[in-house]
Amino acid sequence: MSPDLRSAGASAVLATFDSLAEVVAFRAGLAEPGLADTAPAGVTEVVSGARTLLFRFDPAVTDAGRVRSLLTEVRPSRPTDDRHEREPVVVPVTYDGADLDVVGALTGMSREDLVAWHTGQVWTSAFCGFAPGFSYLTGTAPSLDLPRRDTARTAVPSGAVALAGEFSAVYPRTSPGGWQLIGRTDVPMWSLDRTPPALAPAGVRLRFVDAGARS
Amino acid sequence: MSTLTVVHVGYGVTTQDLGRPGLSDMGLGAAGAADRGSAALANRMVGNRPDAAVLEALLGSVTLRTDAYTVAAVTGAPCPVTIERADGRVHGAAAYEVLLLEPGDTLRVGLAEERLRAYVAVRGGVGVDPVLGSRSWDSLAQLGPAPLTVGDVLPVGAGPGHGAGAEVGVGVGAWPVVDAVPPPLLPWPGDPVVLDVVPGPRDDWFTPDWRTTLTGQEFHVSPDSDRVGVRTTAAAPLVRAVTHELPSEGVETGSLQVPPAGFPVLFLADHPVTGGYPVVAVLTPESVDRAAQLRPGDTLRFRTAR
Repeated sequence: MSPDLRSAGASAVLATFDSLAEVVAFRAGLAEPGLADTAPAGVTEVVSGARTLLFRFDPAVTDAGRVRSLLTEVRPSRPTDDRHEREPVVVPVTYDGADLDVVGALTGMSREDLVAWHTGQVWTSAFCGFAPGFSYLTGTAPSLDLPRRDTARTAVPSGAVALAGEFSAVYPRTSPGGWQLIGRTDVPMWSLDRTPPALAPAGVRLRFVDAGARS
Repeated sequence: MSTLTVVHVGYGVTTQDLGRPGLSDMGLGAAGAADRGSAALANRMVGNRPDAAVLEALLGSVTLRTDAYTVAAVTGAPCPVTIERADGRVHGAAAYEVLLLEPGDTLRVGLAEERLRAYVAVRGGVGVDPVLGSRSWDSLAQLGPAPLTVGDVLPVGAGPGHGAGAEVGVGVGAWPVVDAVPPPLLPWPGDPVVLDVVPGPRDDWFTPDWRTTLTGQEFHVSPDSDRVGVRTTAAAPLVRAVTHELPSEGVETGSLQVPPAGFPVLFLADHPVTGGYPVVAVLTPESVDRAAQLRPGDTLRFRTAR
């Protein structure tokens, strides 16, 4: 599994993969012991995407050719980050989203089935983007692969829990958005009052629970 | 600690430094000065370290009063500059020269005649509180020291630099070594600004004539351009060869991201961490600085760097 490497300007290389699992494994491989001798030389930042890793480098220290040859030596591995040994962060959700009916029609699932599907798996932040603290979460259960809405909303409220494609997400603040809304949470995804400010940087695991369920 | 009092703000003034790179995993971009070359030059002219914070003033148009002896410089978009003494006398001054201010002096940076962003550096740097390690305002994330408003009192750092890790004595002796520098050459009025691009990473997502479409016609800067990106229009759009949706991927500053309409958005300092439209080419760092100085209505051409 050697990634396809593409030029991304004078100081970055974009590695492309066939699946998100390959992205995660390759990134985990970067952190393997032994590679530390060579891997970080001049690479200033690795940005995860859904099928890509963007390697930014300092052109004063290295060049695209050296970064490319370095990347051919990476052996993908399983994530060993200690964050994965911790319990997932628990996010209580009230499942009353504006698109529940649409999602039901698209999937044939009842509201109860959908809640069971959403709460019955562990989600991992694959990467962040769109807005600070907006984590693209992938689950352990098969994805519903929902399309985005035909027209984006001009204002999705902060805390809205949403689905699109292979991902779930929580809107960290009120913003435009085209994802299907299934619920809401009071847990802030982004807060400068804590370190790090993002609740779920890339690699962190989450579990949703039904805030409306009687225990 | 000496201070600058904000007397007038015309079209928006923010504090900027080298930004806060390295936080992409949290969905936060680097921000920082949009025209890094001009910001770096302003710092260098007053003897600051490169990581000192400066003011980025849209179309110039900012007035500041100092309460101490202050060394200042104005770079970027060429603006008329005057210094008004406490007794009302007005001293002519100029952009791209080292300015020596006395306590009570008012520095007036007028409206830029050309280009978009002026930079004001003061020796010691603008010492507002950093957020996540940087004094840059990020307009996309709405994070960092807030844009300036009239009446704000800005602390000025002591000694050269005032970087995040500045210590007493570090860099002392780095006094300004020039009195003035030549302003940048501007294209003749009406001539297009030329921007160099490196093809990729997604040039193969466009029909093979993308290079002719990109480099063979003039593009115009749209009014809805900002620190996130310079939006463009042209006669002929770029046409997609691969039509399926692009899964979100990390994007570089200077990326020419092509939305469905086919006209590139040139990503500047506050661009999003990831984007869902293909990037056909990326500006060279020098061209990012030139792009940051484009005004709505300006004409530009692209040239492939290889």
